[in-house]
Amino acid sequence: MADLSIEFAGIRAPNPFWLASAPPTDKEYNVTRAFRAGWGGVVWKTLGEDPPIVNTASRYGAVHYNGSRMAGFNNIELISDRPVDVNLREIVAVKRAWPDRAVVVSLMVPCNEESWKRMLKRVEETGCDGVELNFGCPHGMSERGMGSAVGQVPEYVEMVTRWCKQHTRMPVIVKLTPNVTDIRAPARAAKRGGADAVSLINTVQSITGVDLDRMTPEPVVDGQGTHGGYCGPAVKPIALRMVAELARDPELKGLPISGIGGISNWRDSAEFIALGAGSVQVCTAAMHYGFRIVEEMRDGLANWMDEKGYGRISDFCGRAVRNFVNWEDLNLNYVTKARINQELCIACGLCHIACEDTSHQAIAVHRDGDRRRFEVIDAECVGCNLCMHVCPVTGCITMEPQPNGLPRLTWKHHPHNPERLEAAE
Amino acid sequence: MKQIGDIAAGRLSEAELAANFADVHPPLSLDEALIEASRCYFCFDAPCVQACPTGIDIPGFIRRIATGNLKGSAVKILEENIFGGSCARVCPTEILCEGACVRNTQEERPVKIGLLQRHATDWLMQRNMQPFERAQPTGKKIAVVGAGPAGLACAHRLARYGHEVVVFEAKPKPGGLNEYGVAAYKLTDGFARREVDFLLGIGGIRIEYGKTLGKDLSLGRLRQDYDAVFLGLGQAGVKALGLDEAKLAGVEDAVAFIARLRQTADKRTIAVGRRVVVIGGGNTAIDAAVQARKLGAEEVSLVYRRGPEQMSATQWEQDFAKLNGVQIRHWAAPVRLLGEAGVVSGVEFARTRLGPDGALTLTEERFTLPADMVLSAIGQVFIMPATDEVPRIEGGRIVVDADRQTSLARVFAGGDCIAGPDLTVQAVQDGKCAAEAIHRMLSGKRED
Repeated sequence: MADLSIEFAGIRAPNPFWLASAPPTDKEYNVTRAFRAGWGGVVWKTLGEDPPIVNTASRYGAVHYNGSRMAGFNNIELISDRPVDVNLREIVAVKRAWPDRAVVVSLMVPCNEESWKRMLKRVEETGCDGVELNFGCPHGMSERGMGSAVGQVPEYVEMVTRWCKQHTRMPVIVKLTPNVTDIRAPARAAKRGGADAVSLINTVQSITGVDLDRMTPEPVVDGQGTHGGYCGPAVKPIALRMVAELARDPELKGLPISGIGGISNWRDSAEFIALGAGSVQVCTAAMHYGFRIVEEMRDGLANWMDEKGYGRISDFCGRAVRNFVNWEDLNLNYVTKARINQELCIACGLCHIACEDTSHQAIAVHRDGDRRRFEVIDAECVGCNLCMHVCPVTGCITMEPQPNGLPRLTWKHHPHNPERLEAAE
Repeated sequence: MKQIGDIAAGRLSEAELAANFADVHPPLSLDEALIEASRCYFCFDAPCVQACPTGIDIPGFIRRIATGNLKGSAVKILEENIFGGSCARVCPTEILCEGACVRNTQEERPVKIGLLQRHATDWLMQRNMQPFERAQPTGKKIAVVGAGPAGLACAHRLARYGHEVVVFEAKPKPGGLNEYGVAAYKLTDGFARREVDFLLGIGGIRIEYGKTLGKDLSLGRLRQDYDAVFLGLGQAGVKALGLDEAKLAGVEDAVAFIARLRQTADKRTIAVGRRVVVIGGGNTAIDAAVQARKLGAEEVSLVYRRGPEQMSATQWEQDFAKLNGVQIRHWAAPVRLLGEAGVVSGVEFARTRLGPDGALTLTEERFTLPADMVLSAIGQVFIMPATDEVPRIEGGRIVVDADRQTSLARVFAGGDCIAGPDLTVQAVQDGKCAAEAIHRMLSGKRED
């Protein structure tokens, strides 16, 4: 059986599945239930300075897609609304009861050194394993100069990280906001400030919908709405790209990454780890189904690792990074054609209409009597694979490579490229 | 318990009858409808549309359910089939739209198109919305004979175009088979009548009841008085067993039994035999047999002279009958009705088989089923009323062209009185096509 244990920025955990800083990690009761269910660690919901903040009703918006609930999820909740003392007391109790689990405490205080120093001292006394600096919260707190208001300015990220590293011996993880144009800038700043790791992505600024009767953005709070932070399965592709972008950045080499964003099952986790994440953090899936989802994540990942012969997480961590390249590095001489398995085809015609209306007119309809038959016109097929995606039958349409004997040719060397490099690179 | 002639009303309590005759396919809840709608693949040139006699844009209306555009969904249905509500309930969808659904190939479980169609049409009708507006009056008058689905679909389409329509109906109520012939558990809560009222809401349609062609009306006179005539005459006749059934009490044709059941305000007043034998293999036979069971008959046998594949009742109907405790016997034909003192006591059957030439032959083997009630459901027939002018008839049905035009100028026909599948949805299509042709003719747009 594969060994799922990790050591992330000096923090040990029996598995890479951590609960992200959010309502599920708000208090001892929840965290104890999470550990009992098998989670490898938690990032305790963000502590701020007293008096505690105040939250609204409602707090969540959701995108339900085609019969699936919470394909995307959005919140306007702020950081912990409980006194610091209470939180710290509970963190002590939890860490004492669960010494093998990772307990990281998320922090967000005003942007001055004294505040951070004061808070770090108190947190360190709990015996927790590390801190995560919440530079990501994109709503509410950012209006008060905290959260993503810090995370969006690399100089602030570096400065606050440096303060933290000066005032604590605990590992410092910097949580990044995706609400920036180039995710590498705040990550590099964190590294310059001495961060032990980064975690990403925090939520994406969003309005999940509009109540068309009340003419109000959702979620509605007494007839008004505000933007929230978007997360859940819908943001996974955005998060994967940002994680991979950092993982392949030479300037960030060696900086551990905790992957966050729409992770709902073992496969999502494996994908983040393959793109360089050393641990993964989950929130929406747990809020949707409860803590027991970790059972599937653990044995799913272990089974897959066994199948692939990976003994430890580190055996495949970052394995896909080298294959994440710029567009100009892709082989333009590589050719595939769509192939329709007529045995599996249910004759819905979606491949045909998608190709006919919106692509390359490369799938023809033949009628023999009552039966319809859809066939690829090889001469027109460009191998775009749209048909494969619209086909509702798994494995019915595949993209078959067409060996053509041509050498690898990238845009860098392509004759159409006015700035092409000469043949010998 | 009577040894013979045990026919009685009130075999079951009011509560039992209410449960037995409740909606056989209850409506979908909002969530069920959304989940079911999400199963539709929105196929290109969808096979379900091809399979619908009225050509409803099924993926189009389902997509509108999924997006919460219920009005748009209902209009999409009703613009092709103004009887979309009853067709959603009575169509044998398993051999039409749902039978063609591509999901059958993938997982043997089609999208529940019928129930989705009901979801959308119920939504609109519950809000008393009229989906269509009547065009400016044209001054043209059309006579429709028969207020069944064919006649009323024709009348509605003509009324939309601004023509004035007078419908002549022999019976005291509109709706045709929807009112008199469909099993009670398929059209519950007076839906047939509500649907007709909804349809008439467009205006411009007047129904005259108690008017029978050949008795109160002549086709020649209608042709003189109206710009066009549509015949939606249905099938007024039933085939006889030819076994002297008239002489024995307790022998009845299934159509009359079903009509009585449909028309009663209190099903406890409908008498049914303790042991019932139904003869026939179509949906009428199934409807009669199942309803006899639901009224409290102890033993109901449905006997058909050929095998299950030859039954015109669909597989679903056959399974439904079995589920309701009807015993189906194949390959047997009635040869004699048994009786005592003028009351039926049983039916003697001969086993049948297919001869070498493929013809059905009776064997010497006989068996008898005791019966207190015998319902004959071996087919209905079109009878052309005796009137002054008669369109050409072939194979027992009025001959029409693609426009449902008969051999008589300006006379059209549709529904069960012409050839083709005897289905409500086909009748609606006939009425619709005829109305389009009549409108083209009256607008001077006819190509010929």
